[in-house]
Amino acid sequence: MLNKLFKFYGGVKPPSNKTLSNALPIVQAPLPSRLVVPLHQSIGGMPRPVVQAGERVLKGQLIGQADGWLSAAVHAPTSGTVLEVAMHVRPHVSGLDSLCVVIEPDGQDEWIAHGPPDIATMSPADICNYLQQHGVVGLGGAGFPTHGKLTATPAVPMAELIINAAECEPYITCDDLLMRERADDIVRGIAVFRDMLKPQSVIIGVEDNKPEAIAAMRAAVDAQNEAFSVVAVPTLYPAGGAKQLIRVLTGKEVPGSMRSTADMGVQVFNVGTAYAAWRAIGHGEPLISRIVTLTGNVRQAHNVEALIGTPMNELLQLAQPHPDTDGIIMGGPMMGFLVPNESAPIVKTSNCLIAHSERLFPPKAPEMPCIRCGACARACPHELQPFELYWHARAKDFGKTQQYNIFDCIECGCCSFVCPSRIPLVQYFRFAKSEIWAREREKKAADEAKTRFEFKQFREEREKAEKAEKLAKAAAAQAAKKAAEAAAAAAAAGDAPDAPPADKAPDVAVDPAQAAKKAAIEAAMARAKAQREAAQVKNTDDLTPEQAKAMADIEARRQQAGIAEPATTTETKPE
Amino acid sequence: MMFAPAPFLLKDASVSQVMTQVCLALIPGIAAYAWLVGPAILVQLVIASLTAVAAEAAMLKLRGKPLAMFLSDGSAIVTAWLIALTFPPLAPWWLVVTGTLFAIVIAKHLYGGLGQNPFNPAMVAFAACIVSFPALMSQWPSVGLQMPLLDQLNVILGLAPRVDALSGATPLDAMKTALKLGEGQIDIAHLLANQDIYGNFAGRGWEWVATGYLLGGLWLWRRKLVTWHAPVAFLAAMVLVSGALWLYQPASFASPVFHLLSGGTMLGAFFIITDPVSGCTTPRGKLIFGFSAGLLAYIIRVFGGYPDGVAFAVLLMNLSAPLIDQLTQPRIFGMKGRQS
Repeated sequence: MLNKLFKFYGGVKPPSNKTLSNALPIVQAPLPSRLVVPLHQSIGGMPRPVVQAGERVLKGQLIGQADGWLSAAVHAPTSGTVLEVAMHVRPHVSGLDSLCVVIEPDGQDEWIAHGPPDIATMSPADICNYLQQHGVVGLGGAGFPTHGKLTATPAVPMAELIINAAECEPYITCDDLLMRERADDIVRGIAVFRDMLKPQSVIIGVEDNKPEAIAAMRAAVDAQNEAFSVVAVPTLYPAGGAKQLIRVLTGKEVPGSMRSTADMGVQVFNVGTAYAAWRAIGHGEPLISRIVTLTGNVRQAHNVEALIGTPMNELLQLAQPHPDTDGIIMGGPMMGFLVPNESAPIVKTSNCLIAHSERLFPPKAPEMPCIRCGACARACPHELQPFELYWHARAKDFGKTQQYNIFDCIECGCCSFVCPSRIPLVQYFRFAKSEIWAREREKKAADEAKTRFEFKQFREEREKAEKAEKLAKAAAAQAAKKAAEAAAAAAAAGDAPDAPPADKAPDVAVDPAQAAKKAAIEAAMARAKAQREAAQVKNTDDLTPEQAKAMADIEARRQQAGIAEPATTTETKPE
Repeated sequence: MMFAPAPFLLKDASVSQVMTQVCLALIPGIAAYAWLVGPAILVQLVIASLTAVAAEAAMLKLRGKPLAMFLSDGSAIVTAWLIALTFPPLAPWWLVVTGTLFAIVIAKHLYGGLGQNPFNPAMVAFAACIVSFPALMSQWPSVGLQMPLLDQLNVILGLAPRVDALSGATPLDAMKTALKLGEGQIDIAHLLANQDIYGNFAGRGWEWVATGYLLGGLWLWRRKLVTWHAPVAFLAAMVLVSGALWLYQPASFASPVFHLLSGGTMLGAFFIITDPVSGCTTPRGKLIFGFSAGLLAYIIRVFGGYPDGVAFAVLLMNLSAPLIDQLTQPRIFGMKGRQS
């Protein structure tokens, strides 16, 4: 193999526990009693529901329309009846609800008409659109819509296309089994990505604890005559972090602040994503199922192909959890989370369910003070100083945490794993990050309000000035007209010895600025009066007949007494 | 529904494991020490440990902290052992008790307890006592002094008179005094060859205690409890400066080997400047910390008024550690060769 491997700093070697679940083949999970399909399963816009309660849907039928470019469609995982489109708990650490389409399967699993598109006639944009319509998103964890990563950056030529099959988290074996059993379709999917991105090389990175998967992938690559290299990377958590894998395979370090690795000529896809893309392009099947590892405190750990929307507790039963199971971890034991509600559904990014028990994951010892031993810094793959971050996060000195690059933290958990003081470091960092985000949102809102206010003030000033100018112009025109009339009258009357209008007229004509000022003042006074009147009127609006009568009586008495105000104030009219 | 944050897997590690391993690493040095001066050092270790645990418990209680959790972390024992090993082995019991109390109560708990102390507690104790009781802190047993346990106990407990045999100086101190008295007439080679107090490389017997510390230190490094940076930099500074002066004037300056194996060099290099709480934490910071401490220790021990310079050197560097750390933050992933 001509690939030279590089090392990334830090990393840890937790017990992998993969042999628990990688001995048995993938099993098709039976149809659940009910499917709860969240509409929001990827980064980006929330797909809009296009079905209604009571409607019959077919397997693969569109139920959620992608909303905007960064969004992916959602489909019915099987045929059946839509029970409701309503808020249900989603598999998220928050335990919050999101809009879901609930389907009762009819047991027939009847496909909608589908078939592979004629890819030869499709432009890259068509393929992107096709993948979006078929709901293909990254299956590695973040759920980034795949088409969003297939648009080549014109400025930077694509050097390496990397397929992430490292699967570095302990317990998880879904990618391992997928590669062992379905390597051909994976390689075809990678070929599609290759054709779109035109990279100089394609590298498939697999941790060296998966020899069967590596062999299967190499065989498939050879069988299809592709020039992809399947590279065994040393098993070291988190080698499957995108940036760590890029480092190991290419030596490039993508800075934490750089969102898009494409800017460095590298693009990374999860191996499961390549498979899903080929199911869409090669078979016309939208993403409606995925391989899920069922493991942990169970009698028979194995991998299943489960429909999106299957309730987790129902799915986990297939592995026969032991009676002392007290929770379900979604994801791996390093970065996963205990689902707050076990009836939450499997989504596109659910790669693993671990039955949790205290026997397997003993409760953590109480937190001790940090002794600055630096074990966390030696374990951090992003070369941060977690104990310094912890110090500042704890003190709520969030500016300092940013100075120590808190946003480069990928929350891989290596620091917490090694900490002898048992400090939940990652928790502190999540806390600091969310506090900073909240503050930034607040600041942004305040800034926007300030801008709005300032603009309002500016607009009012401008309108006032415009109005004054208009009035001045009108006044000047009026004066000029009057002067002209006066002159005409004077001319008609002959030489009148005493003609006051003639005296007045030149006055105005000579000094239009003064006239404008006077007009503005008059206009302002008129406005003030109008306002005053409006205000007065408001007080006597909506009177009951009794009140009106009482008021009229009072007015009458006042007038009799001679203290009534004059009915109308003298109006200052120009003429 | 319970809540527990990821990661769910944790390495088997704890503060008490760390401290226990540090204690284990001290055992080769302690064994050599006991062989050299007899059971007195063991008595001192016991006195210091008991005092430290009692002081720790009292302070934890006063501060309202959980007793069992913190007493079992073992940090007080490490401090106690370092105090016992740096004080004269036949020092009266109250001297060790005073030092230990000072370390635990003032240097540790008044600053916030475990993980919060800006200064190395054992070195604070040493500095406080050598300033307050210079005579007692300079009385080291003469070479070849063989006293049975009971006699040693009596001396430590103050039941027997402090005889002349106790009032030796450390090899380092003895050399400094001899060179001063000799007014340039005496050279080091002559001293080493003719005085009982010196062995093959440094102080007779003490060289083997230092080797014991070195062995323990290397084990700590193998166990990844300390990194190589600070010890290597510390020893390198010692070798460089002593080597340069030794080459320049071998008659008045002892060889690097003598300095490496004398006084607190080895104990300091592996067990004191590696203290993470009061030392530097970044790799470059540790190099600067170790090198400067080595340099200062040499200057103080050779040109200063105290028998050894490690304690003061470490305290001075403790002061600078936060600044050094701030200035030596490593470049993070993806930012190497870039403007930060």
